[in-house]
Amino acid sequence: MATTDKEVNELIKREYEHGFVTDIEADTFEPGLNEDVIARLSAIKKEPEWMLEWRLKAYRRWLEMDEPDWAHVGYPKIDYNSISYYSAPKRKEDMPQSLDEVDPELLKTYEKLGIPLHEREKLAGVAVDAVFDSVSVATTFKEPLAKAGVIFCSISEAIQDYPELVKKYLGSVVPAGDNFFAGLNSAVFSDGTFVYVPKGVRCPMELSTYFRINAANTGQFERTLIIAEDSSYVSYLEGCTAPMRDENQLHAAVVELVALDDAQIKYSTVQNWYPGDENGKGGIFNFVTKRGAAIGKNSKISWTQVETGSAVTWKYPSCVLRGDNSVGEFYSVALTNNFQQADTGTKMIHLGKNTSSTIISKGISAGKSSNAYRGLVKFGPGAEGARNYTQCDSLLIGDRCGAHTFPYIESKNKSAIVEHEATTSKVSDEQMFLCRQRGIDPEQAVSMIVNGFCKEVFKELPMEFAVEAGKLLEVSLEGSVG
Amino acid sequence: MLSIKNLHASVEGEEILKGINLEIKAGEVHAIMGPNGSGKSTLSQVLAGNETFEVTQGEISLNGENLLDLETEERAREGIFLAFQYPVEIPGVSNLQFLRTAVNAMRTHRGEPEMNAAEFMKLAKEVSKQVDLDPAFLKRGVNEGFSGGEKKRNEILQALLLQPKLAILDETDSGLDIDALQVVSKGVNALRAEDRAILMVTHYQRLLNHIVPDHVHVLAGGRIVKSGGRELALELEERGYGWLGVKDEEATPSAAS
Ligand SMILES: Nc1ncnc2c1ncn2[C@@H]1O[C@H](COP(=O)(O)OP(=O)(O)OP(=O)(O)O)[C@@H](O)[C@H]1O
Ligand SMILES: [Mg+2]
Repeated sequence: MATTDKEVNELIKREYEHGFVTDIEADTFEPGLNEDVIARLSAIKKEPEWMLEWRLKAYRRWLEMDEPDWAHVGYPKIDYNSISYYSAPKRKEDMPQSLDEVDPELLKTYEKLGIPLHEREKLAGVAVDAVFDSVSVATTFKEPLAKAGVIFCSISEAIQDYPELVKKYLGSVVPAGDNFFAGLNSAVFSDGTFVYVPKGVRCPMELSTYFRINAANTGQFERTLIIAEDSSYVSYLEGCTAPMRDENQLHAAVVELVALDDAQIKYSTVQNWYPGDENGKGGIFNFVTKRGAAIGKNSKISWTQVETGSAVTWKYPSCVLRGDNSVGEFYSVALTNNFQQADTGTKMIHLGKNTSSTIISKGISAGKSSNAYRGLVKFGPGAEGARNYTQCDSLLIGDRCGAHTFPYIESKNKSAIVEHEATTSKVSDEQMFLCRQRGIDPEQAVSMIVNGFCKEVFKELPMEFAVEAGKLLEVSLEGSVG
Repeated sequence: MLSIKNLHASVEGEEILKGINLEIKAGEVHAIMGPNGSGKSTLSQVLAGNETFEVTQGEISLNGENLLDLETEERAREGIFLAFQYPVEIPGVSNLQFLRTAVNAMRTHRGEPEMNAAEFMKLAKEVSKQVDLDPAFLKRGVNEGFSGGEKKRNEILQALLLQPKLAILDETDSGLDIDALQVVSKGVNALRAEDRAILMVTHYQRLLNHIVPDHVHVLAGGRIVKSGGRELALELEERGYGWLGVKDEEATPSAAS
């Protein structure tokens, strides 16, 4: 017992490796939020009138809303007027037309993060949209994607270039009034990614967005919209990091997915925002609304997330299974350490006939952290023959952390079938002793055991990222053996 | 090779080992027998460095080096191997990955290059044949859903892969069917070598027909109460432990400690 705890504690104590700050000149708004700020933001982005109206409507609505307090997390009250709502690296032209025009400082930053953007060094087979604070600074592989008919660009560009698509789908899955943070995002979102895959197209490569928070006192409000037309397929991955700072920073994103008939969207997240230090100082507040609408029949939406960062995570990637025979999946690994808090899970809303959903959640708690799974499985009256399988496993490292599960089921259809399994286990002394008896370092043993625990989720990640995710867990667990 | 002097160990304040003395030379096979609860597994675990047990007195040295100063993993790298009486499961971690990590930890310690996945796969397949374990078991989680006998064969597989200096086998024969006993014995005999010692804990003298020990010891009440040659096991089989003045832990003379 004593052994494991000591080892675990030592393991957790590794420094966050993406904690550097890029020294770059930026245009940053003064802190504060009002209609003028929103108008300025919209103007800087050269948005059409309808977009500004949309934002202002959301803002007025938001003013009436209350911050949710039902999650199993605690954090100091956020003063929304002390946050800056826009920060972007200064640049000569409006939008960099090619990578050559992107500030070398920025390219260097992404290189340091392991995301080379330059043509020659680009990640093979993965197109990247790089979002730095409030703006998208570069998008790779645009041309080959365009050839396939796939639109992959920043949401700001999409608002100008594809207004009809944006108008049709923006807010269609997560309306501005959905919840407090979604409302705020709708009013002030600054950038994010837009993906459109036309009918019958299988997107020829992985798409990804790398979100980087750099500026201090700035919130990041990204907005992502992915539309998969009939019989199309797309796999998308997002990664996130931020500098180490003593102050908390807010990240409130909204992601909307729309899958039409026979379409498939696979959305993966590797979230590694700065988690705060070992005393719980600093770190990102990650308050995110992610939802996919499986509108079409036989459509499928899969969420896979590996959440290791952030001081507080509040996130429930969900699926609304409207189309008959549509499928929703949620595979999650959430690791908390030190003083991190995570309240995460999913909602599977079964509306169509024979819809099915799978939830595999793996929560790992170490240090003094708190890790909660919160899930809702709902069957509407029309969900004839619908079914859900939920498996919630918690793994505790040490005995000062907490794991909680809050599974909710609501059924308005008698034919719906729900299966639920839940386990809680510890990295046991016996397992540690076995590994060490075979000559394996305690650190390596813990990370091996934790990786084993997460295997079912990791195998859902795109190959390139599964390895990354494993390494990330290892880093996040540093100092957790004691 | 291994020298144990006046070893005392306790768990949760209760003394389990009450002064063990044992010398094992390279090339020798020693068998330890004794009633349930007499401390055989405790001795095995203490040798391997399980911190659940506190060593309160005495010395253990391996080739002159004080083992008590070393952590579990360091002892392992010095060549101590323990085949567990009750092997634990590590769900989701493939046997192959686990074994390769272990083998590479040893190799790194010896300054040898690590084995890559392909090299290791080849080696592991060969060795698994030696213990009659379908190579499919390499892909499964460590001991995950293995039958009792399969777990034991997996332990011997590990011994053969890791090539320890001292192999401690805690009841590796229990729960085996007749064929498996043959297989495991063959495996253990394959381990026998000039520069290696084997310490076997067993309840059954039949194992000793397959693996003929050089010395047999009876552990009772935390002490070695009798040592002898191969014939001692036969005598125990015939007469039980009663004639040695011990039946079970209650019957152990405890005043002396
Ligand atoms: N972790 C522990 N906590 C408390 N008591 C323990 C622990 N481990 C061993 N013991 C006690 O120590 C004594 C010796 O146990 P040990 O497992 O060494 O016996 P053994 O000789 O291996 O028995 P068997 O033949 O049944 O395997 C027993 O009384 C046992 O209950
Ligand atoms: Mg025993």
